Amino acid sequence: MDRARRALRARHAATAALPVAFLAVFFLWPLVAILERSLVVEGSVDLPFDVLTSDLTREVAWFTLWQATVSTALTLLVGLPLAWALSRFRFRGRSAVEALVLVPFVLPTVVVATAFIALLPDGVERSVWAILLAHVFFNVAVVVRIVGAFWAGLDERLWEAAATLGSPPVDRQLRLTLPLLGPALASAASIVFLFCFTSFGVIVVLGGPRYATLESEIYNQAARLFDLRTAAALALLQLAAVAATVLVSGRLERRLGGGRARGRPAPRPVGRERLVVGAIVAGSLALLALPPLALVLRSLSVGDGYGIDHFTSLADETPALFVAPWHAIANSLLFATGATAIALAVGIPAAVAVARGRGGLDALLMLPLGASAAMLGFGFLLAFDDPPLDLRSSPAIVPVAQALVALPFVVRSLVPALRAVDARLREAAAVLGATPGQVRRHVELPLLARPLAVAAGLAFAVSLGEFGATVFVARADWPTVPVAIFRFLGRPGAENVGTAMALCVVLMAIVAAVALLSERSLLLGGRR
Amino acid sequence: MSLVERLLPNALGAAVVAAAVLVGAACGGGDAPTEVVLVTHDSFAVSKGVRQAFEKESGLSLRILQAGDANEALNRALLTAGDPQGDVIFGIDDSVLSRALEGDLLEEYVSPELAALEPDFEEPDPHVTPVDHGEVCLNVDRAWFAEHGIAPPTSLADLRLPRYRNLLVVENPATSSPGLAFLLATVATFGDPGWQAYWRDLRANGVLAVDGWEEAYTQQFSGAAGSPGKRPIVVSYATSPAAEVIFASKPLQTSPTAAVEDGCYRQVEYAGILRGARNEDGGKQLIDFMLSERFQSDVPGSMFVYPVRDAVELPEAFVEHAVAPADPLQLPAERIDRNRDRWVDRWTELVVR
Repeated sequence: MDRARRALRARHAATAALPVAFLAVFFLWPLVAILERSLVVEGSVDLPFDVLTSDLTREVAWFTLWQATVSTALTLLVGLPLAWALSRFRFRGRSAVEALVLVPFVLPTVVVATAFIALLPDGVERSVWAILLAHVFFNVAVVVRIVGAFWAGLDERLWEAAATLGSPPVDRQLRLTLPLLGPALASAASIVFLFCFTSFGVIVVLGGPRYATLESEIYNQAARLFDLRTAAALALLQLAAVAATVLVSGRLERRLGGGRARGRPAPRPVGRERLVVGAIVAGSLALLALPPLALVLRSLSVGDGYGIDHFTSLADETPALFVAPWHAIANSLLFATGATAIALAVGIPAAVAVARGRGGLDALLMLPLGASAAMLGFGFLLAFDDPPLDLRSSPAIVPVAQALVALPFVVRSLVPALRAVDARLREAAAVLGATPGQVRRHVELPLLARPLAVAAGLAFAVSLGEFGATVFVARADWPTVPVAIFRFLGRPGAENVGTAMALCVVLMAIVAAVALLSERSLLLGGRR
Repeated sequence: MSLVERLLPNALGAAVVAAAVLVGAACGGGDAPTEVVLVTHDSFAVSKGVRQAFEKESGLSLRILQAGDANEALNRALLTAGDPQGDVIFGIDDSVLSRALEGDLLEEYVSPELAALEPDFEEPDPHVTPVDHGEVCLNVDRAWFAEHGIAPPTSLADLRLPRYRNLLVVENPATSSPGLAFLLATVATFGDPGWQAYWRDLRANGVLAVDGWEEAYTQQFSGAAGSPGKRPIVVSYATSPAAEVIFASKPLQTSPTAAVEDGCYRQVEYAGILRGARNEDGGKQLIDFMLSERFQSDVPGSMFVYPVRDAVELPEAFVEHAVAPADPLQLPAERIDRNRDRWVDRWTELVVR
């Protein structure tokens, strides 16, 4: 082996080192700690095979798999047309729509489930349809963001060529678009599937004790019934299922290859396209806007009339929190910023390593999505109890926990784009006399700017809305907005409910603003 | 990909800084105890002035860690027994007290303030100190019953009547503390195994069981302000109607809900010193303070439960809108202890499966 290649290898290993170290300390260690506590009895491992083969486990596992599959299919069905309309065309209000699509994604599940109960007719509200519908509502953003970012980068001359060669429109979509979008589709579908597979808040509120996913049953067993052995068995089952999903989707993603970056800006829709794009955008907005609108209305309803009292009372001390509610907003922004920084610092090198073909790291990065928040939270309590990592009661643990959840989004958004950067573009620029600096500025940055902005925006949004892990580690005097909402909803009285709704509206507004800003900064950067 | 490789050193730098901040934050505390840490559930609340009074008198800062509902908070404490997250735990109720005692979670401490409590509470197990009591009662939506021209139920037995079909929502006793209290109320009323026939009837009459109080009260019960719920009878607390008045968005003359006095079950909430506490002495001071006149008179307004101290004045809304059930149901701790798991399993078979 020559020296240059060895040096390259060493550099590749160094790239993967930080993400691996981060996950080892903040994910694997606490996980091992809680599994050891749950399954090791007097020095020997007590394997819970009986739990794995019980009727309860079979029922729960089947329902989990079934609802995740159906939810993912429905989400793609709703999300793909919207991704197409938003990424292939330029029209007034497009960036506003893109920002709005992200809003549902960060709403606390408990709140959305409440909105669904209010909106859905009797009988449907506690059926499995309510669960599926809520999953679609939450996850459309994942499809639109990840597939859309990739779709926007495809060269439309391919379609023009196919059209010139006489391929009918439907055929073009099926034989050209789907294969080209392959890697992004696999990325988005696997994230949506994992989200639905590990769904918790939606299931607890809309499913009651009747429907349980593995995640909600693990929480039940661990946090409520304190049967750690059963919880650990189910947690291992869930991890295995998630790892299998990740490996399959990673393989798909690589096998499907990727499209080529394009040169021209998106066109305005013309003729019949106007109708189709308009219908898709209007239809999707109607579906996505209804629950948030219901929340806005409820935040403004005071007694029999309307007013802004619930918003002004965000400044007042209340017995439900140990700080005035506006502190929660400041905390959320602070924690989400920290979490985004950590997720990018760890996620960028991780994405580079994954794009180079480190499939094992890929699977490891996705695993936090599959680990039960309750078990990981318990693991934090056991692992981080001594200096220098006496973190279990420190506010600093919050951004770390959020970053674990945000990390897969950063990696998923970057990997397809990194793989799609055409080496020949760089070479061509170099041949034409561009310096390495110019290649970076004029070739790579424009190609990666959008996926990077998407990654940062998603990481921030995920961290803002994160509830399952945050509620486990947040301190009473450092609540985040979702935690505060949960506390207010947990108390009787119109004022508490109103404050919770006002906080939801603030959270939605922040997310929409962040999404708009990240779009705007791209515009200022001269792209499109 | 050289751009990203260019960014890498920056990213690494950022990560190192982040790690340093974390470690710095973690190592902030000194050796001499300057704070006392209270581990409790999400419903714990205390007025700012009362908290400051404690901090001023003791010279300790009070840190509060909340961890889900009463059950979850206890389970987290059991997980870390011997290496606790705090000095004092508050919120263990008598239906799960035996689990705390068996889990070897607590140090013995007998507060000198016990003598000032109402006679019912004077002599607890030496590991725990009673702090408040609350009664789990049926709550009804008054407007719903007025609108439909049906008389609200006045007893547990009434709930079997056809006119209350599909109107009741309860909490799962396996996962909820008021849910367990309500199950115990039916055991106390109908005996064992009589309670099983009662629940069979309730199931036939369309009872809805959900996992927690939040789901039941704020999402299924029609009487709670802002709730999308459609069921006008719920298992909640004797004080919930008063809370609806105190936290109403417009001043109310009467509460939109009412508690049913029959079949209320008493829950006593205890505090205890956690074994392995870093600041045991501060923990004792905190427990004494929780029994003081000042803290006890804050208990109703902050947490919507009743004080255990003798002759503490109650807020006006409490006197007017909350029922203080004269003779609440209670089962002996050792009977609960022997039967709890069996009862809950049987309930699950009868009602959920």
